[in-house]
This record gives sequence, structure tokens and C-alpha cells, in this order.
Amino acid sequence: MTSSPAPIPGLTARDYKSEVKPVWCPGCGDFSVLSAITKALAELKLPPEKVSVISGIGCSSRMPAYMNSYGFHGVHGRAVALATGLKLSRPDLTVLVTGGDGDGFSIGGNHFLHACRRNVDMTYIVMDNQVYGMTKGQPSPTTEPDWDSALSPGGTGLRPFHPLVIALASGANFIARGFSGDPNGTARLIVDAIRTPGFSFVEVLSPCVTFREDQRGWKKIVRPAPVDPTEDIGRAARRLMTDDGFNLGILYTGKRKPYQLRLDAVEEEPAALETQFVV
Amino acid sequence: MTAKDDETPSLSIALTGSGGAGVITAGNMLLEAAAKAGCYGLFARSSGPQIRGGEAAAMVRLAKEPVAAPGDVFDILIAIDWHNIDRFAVELPLSTESLVIADPSQGELPEVIAASGARIAELPLKDLAKTVAKGRPNMIALGVVAGLIGLPDEVADEVMARALKKRGDEALAASRDAFALGVEAAGTMSFDGPDLWTRAATRERWIINGNEAAGLGAVRGGVRFVAAYPITPATDLLEWMALNLQRLGGALVQAEDELASINMIIGASYGGTPALTATSGPGLALMSESLGLAVASEVPVVVVDVMRGGPSTGIPTKSEQSDLNIALFGLHGDAPHLVLAPTSVSDCVFTTQWAVTLAEALQSPAIVLSDQLLGQTRAIVDRPTDIAFVSQRVTADAGAGEVRRYALAGGGVSPMAIPGAPGAQYTADGLEHDERGLPSSRAGDHVTQLDKRAAKLDGFDYGNHWAEIEGDGRRAVVAWGSSTGAVREALARLGSRGHEFRLVSPRLLAPAQPARWTEALEGVERALVVELNHSAQFYRYLKGYCDPPCPVDVYHRPGPLPLRVGELVAEIEKWSRS
Repeated sequence: MTSSPAPIPGLTARDYKSEVKPVWCPGCGDFSVLSAITKALAELKLPPEKVSVISGIGCSSRMPAYMNSYGFHGVHGRAVALATGLKLSRPDLTVLVTGGDGDGFSIGGNHFLHACRRNVDMTYIVMDNQVYGMTKGQPSPTTEPDWDSALSPGGTGLRPFHPLVIALASGANFIARGFSGDPNGTARLIVDAIRTPGFSFVEVLSPCVTFREDQRGWKKIVRPAPVDPTEDIGRAARRLMTDDGFNLGILYTGKRKPYQLRLDAVEEEPAALETQFVV
Repeated sequence: MTAKDDETPSLSIALTGSGGAGVITAGNMLLEAAAKAGCYGLFARSSGPQIRGGEAAAMVRLAKEPVAAPGDVFDILIAIDWHNIDRFAVELPLSTESLVIADPSQGELPEVIAASGARIAELPLKDLAKTVAKGRPNMIALGVVAGLIGLPDEVADEVMARALKKRGDEALAASRDAFALGVEAAGTMSFDGPDLWTRAATRERWIINGNEAAGLGAVRGGVRFVAAYPITPATDLLEWMALNLQRLGGALVQAEDELASINMIIGASYGGTPALTATSGPGLALMSESLGLAVASEVPVVVVDVMRGGPSTGIPTKSEQSDLNIALFGLHGDAPHLVLAPTSVSDCVFTTQWAVTLAEALQSPAIVLSDQLLGQTRAIVDRPTDIAFVSQRVTADAGAGEVRRYALAGGGVSPMAIPGAPGAQYTADGLEHDERGLPSSRAGDHVTQLDKRAAKLDGFDYGNHWAEIEGDGRRAVVAWGSSTGAVREALARLGSRGHEFRLVSPRLLAPAQPARWTEALEGVERALVVELNHSAQFYRYLKGYCDPPCPVDVYHRPGPLPLRVGELVAEIEKWSRS
């Protein structure tokens, strides 16, 4: 973070949770992501009122209501744009965006590209479960081509989207992958993501136990990435292109300067603009 | 054409030429010089579809009194060449009293010009320009116009000096010489126009276009954040904001599309910064879903829609008043919001400032319906008054105990906590919610929140700003937006013939104001709506939502050609006999 407020001692993860009971199914990975986010904020000891959690639509996009920070649950696909306006005008706030794979990569795909490119200082946490859960089980951009569903019988036949490769190619400054089954590890990734200036992208594998029961097996497949984080974009590209989607950890961290408008340089009153019109 | 007794004394002048001929430069200089000489006036341009270059027409109208519509016919048309004249001749109406000045080296007089019966004067503009070192035909043309209309020499010289300051002494000398040749040539032509130069300006005058005026109104209203995607004819408003916001501690961000720009301004406004975007019809369509979010989450934002011909890509460079329906009804669900329309170029300042104020005070999105005619016409106007509005956003104080973001008390306007305020955290939501902002699908919460959002707009006292009401006739003409200027002048012309009409031009289109309409039309036997669209959108809205107390008729047609005063005089006269 470039402009974090002074940390407050004595805050715990619980201080960042609201009293609202999540709508998620029992066993949903998103519960652990909520834990990871609140643990990360407690680790950073950010005052809850200085944190804003912004989301779109979907199961994981319900996140803001479950937190004791400021929040905005907007429309489907536009969360990063909403967050961009907030952060650009309020650089003093810590801005997190939370959402799912359909919200971020399908309907919101264009904003994802441009958020990476614009590199505003915020952290985007995508809970990827390779399915639309809220609408009861349709394939998303990250779903395998042969996954059968009522909307796409026999599968879509389409190659899955590779979010981390897209993030790297589009200019994200921090790219990591976590797993909901490891909330402490995910919390550490989120701490680093928030601390790294610029646009940080954290994909969290977060199983949908209702529509993708097969994802219960993820806990046996995921593994820490066998390599250290790299600042070399070419190396990161090669690593991500050969990645099977289950390597966890920080996969790229750059040093690009964040984009930030200057809204604090008050020089003149509107009346000063009038001379340009005077005959 | 010299002014008839009942017409506003004015002169309409067109300069045409292909790309690079400099007719737009000359037109702007003519307007500026006339302003310095105490005139009111308008400058509009017509360009071809080419990205750069291409033929262009500079259309200037000068008058002793403020004018807000193009003249009926052009008194002077000076053509540097006739490139693609067939395309825009329809925008350059001529009469037998018009004077057309043509360069014989540019070929035969086009049929479409000859057919007007206008008087023709030949002048070898190109060859004359060659007699001056670095001389250009457009400055000769400017000199000809100045000579014909009696523009005082010193103001023309002052404007040339200012316009050419950066190009150096040589360029200025060449322009002065070319201008002088033009003035001399004008001496050989006969032209009888009104004398417009007798009145010195007593009040400060500005030259401003509607896009700049809307920008100024926005910053006067407190806007300091703009997110936007380029679109004709709103781009120059955005460019003005990008440059000028910097001086005020504000900024503009170029978004990846209109879906992003509307969400960015909602995000900024949620964070406490008054925010605006400007667009045209296609962009407004893309923004509609998120405007509903601003309604539901009660976040103030302002969208200026500089309307153009539609639907779809339509006619991007020409005006039309055809986005009223989408502005009023484009949001899904029951989504009350504000829709306003400026009544003139200069009123773009006031109406946009008022829109920002209302949006902030009522925590509501506001759509301002400007259009290409207002936005891109440069007008000489009296300095627009600076109004100090008192209404502002009601925010929740930090530490005031439990904050119910969407509390029902207070006439529907509930204090808005701004991120950073401790103890007041809440989640703004597009989901239906309860008073605390928690998602709710309960029938009771839905009804009370719908009632709340409607009540805050319906219960607000908009005062006299809601409309301009002039005159006292038993017949009323209702115009909105850019049509107001042409209607006002038409009614003045009819007034001098002894026909009295009332003019009602509403600034506040939504929420509908039936009680105010009843008052505005009290004693009126019959009203006529005038608007520039194909489906009589305002007429249907007025009848359906505003309960007019008298029978209402309509005169409407689509763009791209602007409404002309003579056209409206004829239509209103015909209607008044019905």
C-alpha cells in the first residue's frame, strides 16, 4: 500500500466480520476466503472504516455484507470499475474487490483487462470455482470444455480462460494463487497483495461443493509452487503458460508505478475558469 | 435577406470550403470580432464524415439581441470552393435576396445553389490570395464578409492579432493584407444588411458552447471527478473537463467503456466526491443498468447526454431530441430519478449546476439532456449568473451511534456515511435491502424502500427553476431543450404581429410535475408541443404523466436539420387558427 493509515493495535480477524450470516452452502470454499481476508486485514491492522470491499454479483460477490468494513455490492461484472472510481478519488482507502470467475472473467472481462493495465493500487480476489453457482450450475470461462450442464449439454467445447496469463499480459503488478483449504496461506498472499503497490490479482481456488462436487478433490492436488516469486515478466510468462492451475503462491510481483489521479492539488476556484470565455 | 419588420435584426453568414481551406477558423474569428463589436450571435459548424479534413461549412448568425436558433436563410454565402456542396446545401437555405460569392476558378455554380435564385458575385479568391505573400483565401473571405456587413476594422484586427499570435508576425501581416483585399473587394458588391454595431455591450459577455457551459456548471456544482469514454458529440465536454478540472484539484479518468465510466463515477461518489460523466445516446444505453444501481444504492451521479441522431450509431454529428424516452424510462424496475434539460447554450451552465445540486441533495442519479445543437454551438451570451445553491449531500456524522443508511425518516433522504467515517460502515447494495442496508427480499422492505426512493424526489420543492414560463397568451407553446430557442424567437415574431402566446420550457422533466404543469397552463385553451424527434416523445410524456389541464397538440420532426424560426412561425400560425 502506498498510503496505508496508521495500524491499530489489538484488532483481530473477528473485528472485520459483520453479524450477517452468509448465504453460502455448507462447505463452500468462500467461508475460508472470508476468514483469510479478515485475517489479512487483522495482520495489517487496518482500521475497518478505512477498508472498502467492492463486489459485483455471484456467490462470492456477497462478501462485503459479511464484513465490518465499508462495502459496495454493485451490478454483475462491474466491480473493478466501481472500485477504480473509489480508489482514484480516495487514495487513502484500502480497496479490495471480491468476486467469482463468471463475474470477473465473463461479463466483467473487459474491466479485468483494463484494471490490470491501469494498475490502480487495489487488490482483486477472485474465488474461482469454475461454475456459476448462484444461477445453479452453468459453465463459466474457466470451466473445462466437457463439463456437462443443462445450459450446455455435453460441455461447451471451449478452451478455458487462463486468468493468471491474462493478468500478466495485461499488466497486473502482483499475481498469486491461493486455495480456500489453506486460509492461513491465502491470508499471507492477501497481505502481500495489499502491501504491493498497484493492481494485485489473487486467484483463490474455492470449491463449489454443490455444483462441482469433484472440486472436493482439489485439496489433494494443490501444492506450493516449486519456484520462488519472480520479478522477471518473461520467466513468469513461461511459468504460467505451463502451469496446471494448482501451483499456489506468488507467481509474479512487479515494480510498476500505480496509476493515481491527483485530486488533492486544489489551486483555484471555478470562477477562475471564467476568463477563458470573456469576450 | 434583410430583416423584415417583425424579425429580430440579424445576419446569417456561411463560409464553405474543403478541408484545410480554413473556413472554420474564419468563422470563429468572425464571431469573436462581432462579439467585440457588441453583437450577440451563434457559430455552428457542419463537417463531413471524414476523420480529418473534408469539406466544412462555418455558419454564423449575428444579431443585436441574443439569438438561440439559426436564421431562416443565409444572407451571405461565400464559397472558397464547392467541394461536396450537394451534401450540405440543405443546411444552407438561400433566398433570392441572398448574396452568394463564388470563385470562378472553382468551376461552374452548382445547380443546387443556382436554383435558389440568389444574387451571385464572382470573386477570384484563390488568385487574389496569390497576390499576397503567404496569403490565404479564407482571410480574404473574412475581409469580404467584414466589408459587406460593416464590421469595424479595429475589432477584426484585434481578433486576427490574437488568433495568429503564435504563428508569428509574418503570418499576421499576410492575414491583414489578405483581409484588406477582401474588404476592398466587398466595396464593389452591393449588400444591404441591418446595422448591428450601434450598441456597445453593457454587461460582460462570453463566447461559450453548450459543452463548455455544462462543464462549467458541473464544476460550479462541485463535481471534481469525471470518468468517461469518448463519444461524439460529447467528447469536447470531456476534453474541457480534463483540462480544467486539474486547476480545481479534480481529475478525469478515461474509462475502457461506458459500463466502466458510470461505475467509476458511482464508486467515486460513494467515496464522497461529486462525480459526473458525459456521453451520447449509445453510451447512455450502456449505462442504464448501472443508473439503476445508483437509484437502488442511493448514490448521487450526473450523466450529461449530448443527444445525437439515433437509434444505434444514427447520425453522430447531428442533433436530435430523441433520447428522452430512454432517459425517462430506460431503467429497469421502478427506478425514480432526475431528468433535466437545459433551455439554451448559456442555460447549460445553470441546469448542469442545478442537476449536480439536486443529485447530491436527493442522493439520486440525474440525467441532463443536452444535444449536439446546444453542445457544439458557440454562442455570444451575457455572463451566466453564478447561483449559490444551499442544498447539499446529507452525510452521517462519525460516531453518531448506529447508522441506518437507508432509514425511512427524513422524507426519504437518509444520511449517507462516507468511507473513512468510523462506526458508520455499511454496504451499499443494488439488492433490495432493509433500512440498515442488509439484503432483503421481504415484501415489507421492498415496499418501504420503493416508497422512500420515490418520496424523496416527489416531495422535494424544486421551486421556480423547474421551468421557464414567459408570456400570457390563451395559447401556449411547450418546448424543451434546444428547441426552446427557436420557439422563443418564433413567438417573438408572432408577438410583433399581434399574436400572444405563452412559452413553457421545462428544465425539470422528471420526476413529472403535474401540479406545476396545471399552474403553468392555467387559463390556456390549447397547447402545442414542439420537439425534434420522430415519435413525439415529450408530447406523449406530457399527456401521459403530467396531466396537462388543456388539449395538447404537437409539431415534431426528426433531425438532423435544426428547427428554424420561419418554419415554426408557419406551423404555430397554422395551429393557432385550428
